[in-house]
Formats: sequence, structure tokens, C-alpha cells
Amino acid sequence: MKTLAFETPLQELYEKIAQLKQLSHEGDVDLSREIERIEARADTLKKTIYTDLTPAQIVQISRHPNRPDSSSLFRLILENFIELHGDRAFRDDPSIVAGVGFLKKHRVMVIGHQKGHDTKENIYRNFGMPHPEGYRKALRLMKMAEKFSMPIVTFIDTPGAFPGLGAEERGQAEAIARNLREMAGLTVPVITVVIGEGGSGGALGIGVSNKVYMMEYAVYSVISPEGCASILFHDAAKSDITSKSLKITAPDIVALGVADDVIKEPMGGAHYDWEAAAASIKKVVLKDLNAYKKITNVKKIQEERYLKFRKMGQFSE
Amino acid sequence: MSIVDWFAKKEKRRHSSKKLNIPGDLWVKCLGCTEVLFLKDLEANLKVCPRCNYHFRVSPEERLKFLFDPDSFEETNAGIGPVDFLTFTDTEAYADRIKRAQKKSGVKDAVRTGRVLLKGKSVNVAIMDFGFMGGSMGSVVGEKITRLIEAGVENKHPVIIFTASGGARMQEGILSLMQMAKTSAALNRLAEVSVPYISVVCDPTTGGTSASFAMLGDVNLTEPGTLISFAGPRVIEQTIRQKLPKGFQRAEFLLEHGMVDRVVPRNEMRQLLFDVVMLLDPHGAEI
Repeated sequence: MKTLAFETPLQELYEKIAQLKQLSHEGDVDLSREIERIEARADTLKKTIYTDLTPAQIVQISRHPNRPDSSSLFRLILENFIELHGDRAFRDDPSIVAGVGFLKKHRVMVIGHQKGHDTKENIYRNFGMPHPEGYRKALRLMKMAEKFSMPIVTFIDTPGAFPGLGAEERGQAEAIARNLREMAGLTVPVITVVIGEGGSGGALGIGVSNKVYMMEYAVYSVISPEGCASILFHDAAKSDITSKSLKITAPDIVALGVADDVIKEPMGGAHYDWEAAAASIKKVVLKDLNAYKKITNVKKIQEERYLKFRKMGQFSE
Repeated sequence: MSIVDWFAKKEKRRHSSKKLNIPGDLWVKCLGCTEVLFLKDLEANLKVCPRCNYHFRVSPEERLKFLFDPDSFEETNAGIGPVDFLTFTDTEAYADRIKRAQKKSGVKDAVRTGRVLLKGKSVNVAIMDFGFMGGSMGSVVGEKITRLIEAGVENKHPVIIFTASGGARMQEGILSLMQMAKTSAALNRLAEVSVPYISVVCDPTTGGTSASFAMLGDVNLTEPGTLISFAGPRVIEQTIRQKLPKGFQRAEFLLEHGMVDRVVPRNEMRQLLFDVVMLLDPHGAEI
């Protein structure tokens, strides 16, 4: 597993534990007490490291290559997940995965940005940066969900919509804009979880929702801290400053009224325990699905979503 | 001095010699063809170069003057101003940037909104100001645009928005991003009551503004040569590591790729806007 710089001391302890276990396995020395002692030390260290993270460190965790991806989470929280493909106009965009399944007794449509865990997979998934056809696939399936009265669950995890030639030619701006407008009018409830990186318009393109949740170590931002630093300071390396000033961590996003709540992650982050992370997400989403099941008036659902975003913004008058 | 340096120096001299010493503000050099133009003539020609058809960027006030009935603009929500709620500081505090931009422009933020007459027909209009912090969209721009669209939902008069914006205003963090959703959601309501929305995409319109209301017109119009993009040309060049083709992301390119309905020369804009609005508006038989 890839180790983040601030996790190195912890990783060293884990390696030591592994060595000792190997030793006691090979020889007949009993090292169990030593192992236990170091394991306890590792736990304390993990707690210390993870209770005092800087925003820049949280950004790193949000992008950790071993963080659970949308597709894996769908398979962990749903029964009978069936993936659906394509925008019916140009191609299937592997940067967005979507499909239908049962979450307990609820029929749901799920849609999420899809990153990879290694270089090969990341190239195939375009590092989770969708083209316009990704947003159009998402919209096609949201409209389908509306047709069959299925709540929609979306997972946000993208550095942003892809900035490239083909994306511009095929109307990246139009595709995102249309999603924002159409999502606002959906007659079914939409629940969004930012599971990793919430990168700008590319994230919002599937995020105009009734409920928005932040995973504990997820971030949500108008621009990447690096992008912001390179514009304002002409130096992308100043991203430790901008990651603070942009207010992008889960508690910030809740405080600014953009997200409803934070979903706790397993100690050390979701990448240490995918099942536990999935279980926490499932619990929160299920609670909402049960609540929305009781709302039969679709106007209420539209109104709730409209007012949620209508309120956003701070100005003097 | 190597020969390369010599050439570089010569090249530099060639460029700098292009700069003309123009007295006062009577004359301007065309940014398209470098022709020197008498300002009065240029203004009479709606700030379009008579020689090369280059469309100069214009202020909201000039646009009102060029396109709408004289003295018919009734401004709304002019009192809404920006707040530095993140106490955002980069090389300069956001609060100071706001003050400087307000002092320079005499307005509170990057958009003006209100009711105006177009050949006698009442319309709701918003005009963005690229001169105010790059026309960036923060809470104020988002709120004023949203209120204008909501006014359209109420009064049923067509909505016309002139965009000119670099995108979301970073200094307002995530809330600037959310203005994209807020404005687009309002347009969804406008669509429900069948009030026409004409987006006039002006130079330049990029980022979060193009990825929200700028691209959502029932009819999207633009002026010749306008830069319209999601990602700016520089960002794309960095991503693909090659030079972009000429004319990429310009108005004509977007027309070719089906993203706008028409590229309209400025001197035809007033008539065309009127015709489109009259043809589409199901609510306003009388003007």
C-alpha cells in the first residue's frame, strides 16, 4: 500500500510487527508480548497522527490510491448491482460508473466518479475525470430513475471534469450546466456522498442533491489547492496555504451549509477498511431512503432541493 | 553575445517599436489588426473595428447604450455587495481586492441586473462586467442572476443574460461553486413556466459561468471571436502538452460544434434579440 509522508513512522512500526511475526513463526521464540507492545504503540501513534491532520494532509488522504472507489462501494452496499453503460450518443465514459441495485429493500439508481488504484486502471478511468459523455450518461440514468420512481445515490470522487480537446469540442460546459439544471428538477430524491475528492464543476455535475454528505477525509472545493496556488501565487507548491484558506475539509463544508453531515471513517481513513467505510455510508443513506419513502408529494422533494441551493451564498444587502 | 541572443534582442526591439505614443484617450489601437482608430468613430461603430471587424470588450453601460432603448434601464438589487466571509488572503486580502475593484468601477460587483426595454418590449436583463475581478462569479453574482431569473418566473418577461466571466470566484471557496447550481436551478423553474431565456455569451466566458447559465439559453448567441470554454486554453495546453489549433474555443468553433445557435455581429444584435424574443415569447403578444 502506498504510504503518505506523514504516515511513514506508522508504516515503520507495521513493518517491524511483520518482521517479528515472521521471526516468531520461523523460530520457536515467543515474541507475542513484544508484538503486542508495538501494536499498542502503533495504535496510539495512529490516533495521534489522525487527530491532528492539516488540510493539506487531508487532501492527500482524499486522493489516496487505496481509497475505496465508487464501483467497489456500490458492490459493498448494494445487493444485485447491475452496471449500465453509455450516453446513447457518443460512447461509454469509464470515468463515471452507474447502475441499479437494491439497497436493503430500496430500488436505487447509483452513479459515481470512478478512479483507479494503479496506473493502468487510472489511465482507463482517465483518473476519474469525466468527458461530456460521462455527464450525459449520468443524466440519462437519472431521467430513467425518475421514470421508474427510484431514488438516486451519487458518489463524488474526481479531480475535476477533464480539460482536453475532445471534451471542449463535445461541450463539457454544456454537459455539466445541463446536469445542474435538470438535477434541480428531478422528482425523485437524490443523495450524494463525497467519498474522496470533490473537484469543482466536475464534482457538482452529479451533486445537485437533496442531501449531501462528506466522508470524514473527503474534500470539496471550487478549485484544487494546487490550481488555486498556481493562479494566485504563480506557484503550485504553495498549495499548503490554499488548502487551508479555501476551507475544503468536511467540517468546513458542513459549516458553510453545503453538506448536511460528516460520515465517520474507520481509524486512519477509509483506505484501511473498505467494508467498515461502506457500512457507515450504507447506514446514513438507508436512513434517508427510509425517510424519503414516506414523502409521496414530489413537489416537496423538488422544493427541498431548490431551497437547499437557493440559500447558498453570503453577501451584504 | 551569441547569435541567438542577438536575434532575441532584435525581436524584442521589433515588438516594442510597435507601441505607439498615443496622446490622451482620443485614439485606440485595434487589438485585432493594430489599426489606429479614432475613439469617437469606434464608439459610433459600437466598438467594432471598421477595418477587421474585431469586437472590443465593452462595459455593461456600453452594452445597455448599444442595444436597448435609451434611459429605459431600471436597475434591481444594486445594493447587494460581496463579503469576505472566508477572510481569504493570497498576495492580497480579498477584502482589499473588493474595495479596489469597487473604487475603480463604481459598482459593487461583477453584474448589473434589471428591467429594460428592447424596442419597446420589456425584458429582464443581466450584464456581466469582465472588468470587475475578471467577471468572476461569487455569491453576489449568483444571487443577482438568480433573483433576475426568479423575477422572470414572476413577471413572465423574457430573460436575457450577457455573460463575460473567468468563472467562479476562488476567494469565496465552495460557495462560489454552488452559485452554478443555484442559478441553473432557477433556470429550471423559468423553463417550467415557458419564459424564454436568451444567453448572449460575450468575450470571454469560461469555467463555472460557461458550465452553468451561459450554456443554458433556449437560444445561445455570441459575438464574433468570443472565447468560450470550460477549461481555459492554457490549462488544456498544459494537459495535452501541445499548442492548440487556431480558432479553438472561439465563437465560430462553438457554432461549428453545435454549442451556440448564431454568431451575431454587434450591429445586428439589437434587431436579432428583438426578433428572437418576439418569436419565442408565448406570454407577450402585446409589447
